[in-house]
Amino acid sequence: MSQKVLLTAKEVNIILHRLACQLIENHLDFSNTILIGLQPRGKFLAQRLATLLEEEYHIKKIQLGFLDITFFRDDFRRGEKPLEANITQIDFLVEDKKVVFIDDVLFTGRSINAALTAIQSFGRPSEVELLTLIDRRFSRHLPIQPDYRGRQVDAINNEKVIVKWKENEGEDLVLIETKN
Amino acid sequence: MKELSVNHLIGIKYIQKSDIDLIFETADHFKEVINRPIKKVPSLRDITIANVFFENSTRTKLSFELAQKRLSADVISFSAAQSSVKKGETLIDTVNNILSMKVDMVVMRHANPGAAHFLAQNVKASIINAGDGAHEHPTQALLDSYTIRESLGDVAGKKVVIVGDILHSRVALSNIFALQMQGAEVRVCGPKTLLPKHIESLGVKVESNLRKALEWADVANMLRVQNERLDVNYFPSTREYTQQYGVTKELLDSLDKEVVIMHPGPINRGVEITSDVADSKQSVILNQVENGVAVRMAVTYLLASKIK
Repeated sequence: MSQKVLLTAKEVNIILHRLACQLIENHLDFSNTILIGLQPRGKFLAQRLATLLEEEYHIKKIQLGFLDITFFRDDFRRGEKPLEANITQIDFLVEDKKVVFIDDVLFTGRSINAALTAIQSFGRPSEVELLTLIDRRFSRHLPIQPDYRGRQVDAINNEKVIVKWKENEGEDLVLIETKN
Repeated sequence: MKELSVNHLIGIKYIQKSDIDLIFETADHFKEVINRPIKKVPSLRDITIANVFFENSTRTKLSFELAQKRLSADVISFSAAQSSVKKGETLIDTVNNILSMKVDMVVMRHANPGAAHFLAQNVKASIINAGDGAHEHPTQALLDSYTIRESLGDVAGKKVVIVGDILHSRVALSNIFALQMQGAEVRVCGPKTLLPKHIESLGVKVESNLRKALEWADVANMLRVQNERLDVNYFPSTREYTQQYGVTKELLDSLDKEVVIMHPGPINRGVEITSDVADSKQSVILNQVENGVAVRMAVTYLLASKIK
């Protein structure tokens, strides 16, 4: 198994600032926008972006929620292992709001497909966008593309993209791991 | 990744502490789901469940049906009163006929102890016991423990008294197993005639005085006097039963602490519990009903995930 660094902490930081600015460009004061981190791994990115928007770009009262899609997945009973759920925390309705899904890696698009169904339990959003730190090209099973992307990579199937966060793993780092 | 150690839920006796923990963790997620504006998830859209009730039930049947529908399963329900069982069909035949309609899971209530176990061994489907005679009613015990955990933070170390007709109660037996497995201390309280012989062998102390039992307890689980099962007179009169074993507001107010009052339903108001107690803040009876749906969703989801 070999590992290659895709993004260093410094690069992750620059990308986060760019993504924050792109969000501001489209959502201005965020009064009608809700950021939704997709559990489990999109939570860290969503929290980081919300903090950045509030502290560095002085946007007040970002509405942030976390959505778990376990019970909406299309592979229930199809894998070897049972699916394990995470906490959903959405304390507001998304009716007529602009929703931004935030996840660390976009791969097959199936999680996003499940999230699009899951979010309807909380109302009918006026629109839904997708922000992802890493966009794995050529690996999509569904016609789903991000609106905001940190970095696009051409990873093949036996390669795995690993995103580490300071809050969880002690450092910001993105790696590509190849199974031999 | 965790999964249940069993393929059927026949009784608490046959599962482990880790199963209970997993069911409760999963139920936490489902409780959040059933409080959403749209209370449904598509997980079990390719699962068909038959609810086979050979005995009357309101709460349990509705609760299971709702849980199954919230999970998007296809549900068929069947009551013995309107079925061919009356024409002499055997249990295995009845269930196998249902299963040949491509049913994956059977929830069954039956008057005979061991019926669910018997079925699990003889038919190819995942079985959930919704009560078999005076044996077990596992999902009731799970939702009772879940409600205690919600009210008091934890089940371990808590003192629970089960009051009433222990002899005919599957709820009592399942509760004793579940509570002890989670580290709670259990006592039973009721007329001697309604306590099983050798109940102490389950590690349960008997307390015949209700006041003393309540002074000791953190939680009182009040059971209904099951008049339909009382073949002989177990106590002189309902009035005398109420005087000795009925919980009243005056009795609770005279204690120097607040005991959590539970009841699996249906309540005989004015017999084992007065109306002002049933409707008081101390009572978590309706929380039990709400939690029942979440816990049954969890059990159904976890067992369904093992169907290959």
